[in-house]
Amino acid sequence: MNTNHSPVSSALAVRAAGLVKTFGPLRAVDGIDLEVRRGEVFGVLGPNGAGKTTMLQMLATLLPMDGGSADIFGVDVKQHPHVVRQLVGVTGQYASVDENLTARENLYLFGRLLGVDKRKSRRTAEELLGRFGLEDAGDKQISQFSGGMRRRLDLAASLIARPPLIFLDEPTTGLDPRTRGQMWDTIRDLVAQGCTVLLTTQYLDEADQLAHRIAVIDRGRKVAEGTPDQLKNQVGSSTLQLRLLDPAQTPAAVDVVRRVIGDEPVLTPEAGGINVPLPDANRAADVLIGLRQQELLITSATVQKPTLDEVFMTLTGHRADEPSDADQTPMEMSR
Amino acid sequence: MTLLSPTVEETVTATTHAGARDLLARPSLRDTVSQSLVMAWRSTKKMRRNPEQFFDVTIQPLLFTAMFAYIFGGAISGSVRDYLPIIIPGILAQTALTACMATGIQLREDMDKGVFDRFKSLPIARIAPLAGPAIADLLRYGTAATLTILTGLAMGYRPGGGFFGILGGWLLTIVAGWSLAWIFTWLGTIARSAQAVQGISMMIMFPLTFLSNAFVPAETLPAWLEAFVNVNPVSHVVTAVRDLLNTGQVTAQVGWALFGCAIVVAVFAPLAVRSYSRKM
Repeated sequence: MNTNHSPVSSALAVRAAGLVKTFGPLRAVDGIDLEVRRGEVFGVLGPNGAGKTTMLQMLATLLPMDGGSADIFGVDVKQHPHVVRQLVGVTGQYASVDENLTARENLYLFGRLLGVDKRKSRRTAEELLGRFGLEDAGDKQISQFSGGMRRRLDLAASLIARPPLIFLDEPTTGLDPRTRGQMWDTIRDLVAQGCTVLLTTQYLDEADQLAHRIAVIDRGRKVAEGTPDQLKNQVGSSTLQLRLLDPAQTPAAVDVVRRVIGDEPVLTPEAGGINVPLPDANRAADVLIGLRQQELLITSATVQKPTLDEVFMTLTGHRADEPSDADQTPMEMSR
Repeated sequence: MTLLSPTVEETVTATTHAGARDLLARPSLRDTVSQSLVMAWRSTKKMRRNPEQFFDVTIQPLLFTAMFAYIFGGAISGSVRDYLPIIIPGILAQTALTACMATGIQLREDMDKGVFDRFKSLPIARIAPLAGPAIADLLRYGTAATLTILTGLAMGYRPGGGFFGILGGWLLTIVAGWSLAWIFTWLGTIARSAQAVQGISMMIMFPLTFLSNAFVPAETLPAWLEAFVNVNPVSHVVTAVRDLLNTGQVTAQVGWALFGCAIVVAVFAPLAVRSYSRKM
């Protein structure tokens, strides 16, 4: 007997308002609003312990929320957790597959749990092993898997139910660059097939590569939101890192930068180090010429893309790795 | 969190990229059963890869049966052979309890693993990850009960209840083990570590088995102790198994034992599901 609720439709895949999670005195998530549109990759960028994982866990019904509300495709997370679980595939920071089983058995297990019959579960397992390049490792126990293989299997397991929304919690943390690239391709494939992806990351580069829109989270609060371009414009598209021969000339060099770029440089903790945010990498030459004209000598000059550290410096006024009172959530510590 | 689904299945329709999907508001009873069986399949795979899980249910029945029978037999019943009808049902109850203690400890270990995060994120009944291992552990209780009875028979035990008496006693032991396992499953969901589960379980298990009529007739005990022994649920299980094995009769004690088991499941299964749903 099926009694249909009124059909829910929503232009948004995720809508969260005023999300709060406290662990004792610590406000791990402190009033975050979030709107993820259908079919987009939304990146949540922040350092360790910013509250990214905690936020994701609340949206995925893994943690009860202490405040605020959220809905997934218009379905309330608090009232219909079981429905939300049918709409969301979760891939955790740490591979959540069964160590006692082989890769094939893992995919079969999750298929069966989702109500897929035996034959189809076996077939889906084969398909996914092939799609993720794990055919040869299908009968290996997970304990013999490399980090990258585990992560791929974990993502494969999340796709069995073909969920329209996928949460990826730091999908590439700890992976080597080649495996990271493969993971990015897989994520792009998912989006091409119409999935909506909400991913958390510590890497600005990753958010830039994958996300259509980014929210920057710090100490449980959202400090910025926008497209990657908008964010980069805020911090400059690249940074000129200078090291002066004579640290005593720092104030003079800062004056030059102000005059040439029209912006305030950031002094690094090392004596004589200056980071100059550049709207355009080519402006580095102007700064160097300006210094030369004033006979300010440098020992090194490098042009770099902005790092998460610089985004943070600019947006929050402190470094990303600076220990804060919200350094780590209990969830992350207990791992 | 509902333990069993109501008769009316509500559905919610959400429009996603894949078009409208019919989504169940909660798992149906059929789904709950099939998900629990899949979880049981997972547990048996685990057992096959870690055969040491069967040490307690293979070695203990052999060792304890022989040891207790030869040590206490002469003192309590005059001879080992006369003691066997008393001790075999006692050992059956004791091994069932030890076996279900392991159910809780292993669940706790299992819950610390990442895969439980995924179980929580899946649209499956909350009881399935708990019920699965409990169902698979029927194999362990069955092994323990079979070996204990076989050891007894080898030592010269000739139960008066005949084949059906033995079958009944064997079944009751397994049912009791499965029911009492829910206490330890609940402990597994509330304790902080597997060691803690083990410690608490020992504290529960020892008084329950030794302060019962499992090894000695209750009449020989001081009055205050006899009073406790008589209300101890393990005593009822032991007496019921004795009735089945030795006389083949389904006595009132069998009824009480089954009733006690039902109460334990009715109380501790929902408690376990509730604390599991809140954890993590």
